[in-house]
Amino acid sequence: MLHIVSKSPFADSALESCLAHWRDGDALILIEDAVVAALAEGRFAPRLAGLSLHVLRPDLEARGLSVKALVDGAALVDYEGFVDLCADQPASLSWL
Amino acid sequence: MIEAVLVAAAFDQQVHLAFLDDGVFQLARGQMPEAIGHKPFAQGLAELGEYDIDHVWVERESLAERGLTEHDLMIAVSLLDRAAMSEILAQADMLMSL
Repeated sequence: MLHIVSKSPFADSALESCLAHWRDGDALILIEDAVVAALAEGRFAPRLAGLSLHVLRPDLEARGLSVKALVDGAALVDYEGFVDLCADQPASLSWL
Repeated sequence: MIEAVLVAAAFDQQVHLAFLDDGVFQLARGQMPEAIGHKPFAQGLAELGEYDIDHVWVERESLAERGLTEHDLMIAVSLLDRAAMSEILAQADMLMSL
């Protein structure tokens, strides 16, 4: 399963809910306002460590955050990479 | 939004409907959406049976966290714990978030 989260975890429980339903083999991509969850010094970093974690680069850059350190193991992907992730996983789930 | 579910079922897809997080509030009985100019959600729910949608799942933790029980819901549902809900979601070929 590819989990797609787009809301900031500081304002919305989508990421919490996603993590509560996490299963082995799953992958996560943070897009739009959710990219803020990936900052290494942020409150959510410990929760994301060790997961198959991807962050949509254009959304990170748009917010001026690409200069910040990300959670260990976080992979930056562009739109093509996002499509590849969708294709690699059996299904995708958007947490709204 | 419930229309999307009915459309999928009308095209002979085997549809499961899952309510979790704030989604469980959609099932609360005694709603009066007309009072704020909204369409009744319950109308669509009544049609689920006619579209052969027999699998309606509700996450037990989502209800409990919000102070609801299954007795507060307007239709009969199957309760699942969070792990079982994750399993149901993982089994789907395609997922639509409404």
